[in-house]
Amino acid sequence: MTTFSTDLGGTQGTAALKAQADRLFQRKRLLNFGLPAVVLAYLTYVFFAFDVPGLYGRASLEHARTLVADSYSYKTHVTRDARSAEVTVAIEGERKGTYPAGMSPDWVARGEPGGTTVIELGHGNEVRFLPGNRVEYDVPGYGLIQVVSSRAGGVEVTLPAGPVPSWISASKSRLAVTTDAGRLNVTRTKAEVFRYFTGWELFWFTLDSPYYGMGPLTLLRHAFNGEAGAIWDGFWHNNMWHHGEVAWALFETLLMAFLGTFGAAVVALPLAFLAARNFTPLRVVRFAMRRLFDFVRGVDGLIWTIVLARAFGPGPLTGALAILVTDSGTFGKIFSEALENVDDKQIEGVSSTGAKPVQRYRFGVIPQITPVLLSQLLYFFESNTRSATIIGAITGGGIGLLLTQAIITQKDWEEVSYYIVLIVIMVMALDWFSGWVRRKLITGDEGGH
Amino acid sequence: MADLTAGPDRIDEIRASYTMLTRKKRIYGGILLALFVALMAAGFRTADMRNAGSFGDGITHVFDYPAEVLGEAVEKAAQLPGNLLRFLPSLVETLNIAAASTLLGAIAGIVLSLLATRGLARWPALIPLFRRVMDILRAIPEIVIALVLIFILGGGPVPAMIAIALHTVGALGKLFSEVNENASLKPVEGLQSVGATWPQRMILGVIPQVGPNYVSYALLRFEINIRASAILGFVGAGGIGYDLRNAMSWGQGRYDEAAAIFVLLFLTIVLVDQLSGYFRDRLTHGARA
Repeated sequence: MTTFSTDLGGTQGTAALKAQADRLFQRKRLLNFGLPAVVLAYLTYVFFAFDVPGLYGRASLEHARTLVADSYSYKTHVTRDARSAEVTVAIEGERKGTYPAGMSPDWVARGEPGGTTVIELGHGNEVRFLPGNRVEYDVPGYGLIQVVSSRAGGVEVTLPAGPVPSWISASKSRLAVTTDAGRLNVTRTKAEVFRYFTGWELFWFTLDSPYYGMGPLTLLRHAFNGEAGAIWDGFWHNNMWHHGEVAWALFETLLMAFLGTFGAAVVALPLAFLAARNFTPLRVVRFAMRRLFDFVRGVDGLIWTIVLARAFGPGPLTGALAILVTDSGTFGKIFSEALENVDDKQIEGVSSTGAKPVQRYRFGVIPQITPVLLSQLLYFFESNTRSATIIGAITGGGIGLLLTQAIITQKDWEEVSYYIVLIVIMVMALDWFSGWVRRKLITGDEGGH
Repeated sequence: MADLTAGPDRIDEIRASYTMLTRKKRIYGGILLALFVALMAAGFRTADMRNAGSFGDGITHVFDYPAEVLGEAVEKAAQLPGNLLRFLPSLVETLNIAAASTLLGAIAGIVLSLLATRGLARWPALIPLFRRVMDILRAIPEIVIALVLIFILGGGPVPAMIAIALHTVGALGKLFSEVNENASLKPVEGLQSVGATWPQRMILGVIPQVGPNYVSYALLRFEINIRASAILGFVGAGGIGYDLRNAMSWGQGRYDEAAAIFVLLFLTIVLVDQLSGYFRDRLTHGARA
């Protein structure tokens, strides 16, 4: 900061002092008003360069709504095929979530093919699939909607008297009714009812598991009766959520981060000695090592990932190697700086006892840099779990791959939110763990190493 | 004071206990080292097994791709300046994403960090809440937010900018609140005694003290964000990463474009790295005085 001269004698000195202070204030004022103005101008430029006003046209509210609704709720489809007159009940309309023939949720009374099926949507809403491809929807407070569909005549709709409300859209080929209780779609080929439920469907057990629909207490009783293994198996191999595979993917991501971070440390430590002024008197070697570190760091992790993916193919090893290569540059730099700040007295002390060079490094140098080194390593390990997720999305390994796959389908948003929750828990747990170890290192183990 | 009259018995005891301690420490160290080596080896084997190509096969081919790209780039060296110029707008977009997200993230990070620092917080009871918010923002990888936002907002720089900005809020917020903790409270108290409101106390009493540290951390973050923005471009968020993926998917014959992008990215990162290193050094060691 600016220091004032201590010459306070006479008016001239005071005037000069005042002028100096004025100049200082002027500069500060300019900075205080100029800086926000520059930031604002830049953000305005970015606002138009990124075409934010045009975003409104491109953004899809429909997508946002599906995403949010899908991430905390699911729908069950009840479908009747017009030709075979067969009724199927399927969660999210997926084959994996289809109820077997003899089994229905309690709100569906499934009839024989060609018979009557009654679907309760709650709050008095009731849909009936009647023989002859007729469908009735009883909406409380409105009346009875009757539909007959046929290949030749299309979809004929009979509504209660009065104007057609906005939640019904009827045409010659299609009827769509959307109420708070659910949705009904009728076309020439099929009639379909959707009912929405909160939660993640079949999260614990799929429909083919004998434990589907059991409460926690019942499950516990079964577990005590020696079925714990089978229960765990049903959960772990749930083919809707694939808990086992997800756990393995999380482990793979952690593995990439672990191998990459600690591998990089093993590679970088000896090289750092070569780049430190006090251990390598040869300027050429030092310079070469430093430029090597800069180069490795400058070639971004993205480029390393691409290059290595070409050689090793997709998988966790590629991700681990990409982290390893990128971080060895960073570690080389950090370690060599730590080595240059090492206190010489300890090394002299050790060598005065007649220690050989290796012993000098082991007992004079390593103990001094261990705390810095370990805390940096742990910090990078934690931040690399995040990088491993991202690299996994590019090279195809770990939870990053599962996540991108789920996002690409554009409908499994409940799985996307499940993975996001798991990733956040994993990263936060590691954050906590590395913080705990670092605190232990700094406060607990002061003297020894 | 220590008892200096202790006899040889005592010294033996001390020596024995010291030797035991040393031995214990050595054993622990040895076990830890062995565990670490075993973990690394087992981890490597697992990763190697799960990978499409094995380490042994791949290691001989590491330089194949760079050699191919380089070879073609050298062959078409005359086109390099043209290509560099062609991809410059994408590079500017990548830089803009990084800069805008750093700025927005830093501004929000400052506010959050002030709200989460003991002694400065506007609502002290809510400190844990703001801390958890920052933890969660920090924990979500950018790619997650970016991919979800690309689905809603369509491709382009805005999803990447928002994604990186949100992560930056968490990362910088934590660093800033550590800086805030070291700020002197005297100016704040002085301002409070003359009736300054909370925003006034923060802007006039705290920010001038910690401003240089803020800028230093933000510069470091800008460096990181350039890399992040290049990666997000690769998954569809515009900028130079997007061009890189396109150039790569064209495959052989268009490697000169990939080479030009590699060069641009490398130069930018090195340049920003050097510049921010220089400025951070000036800020923390006060070369201005």
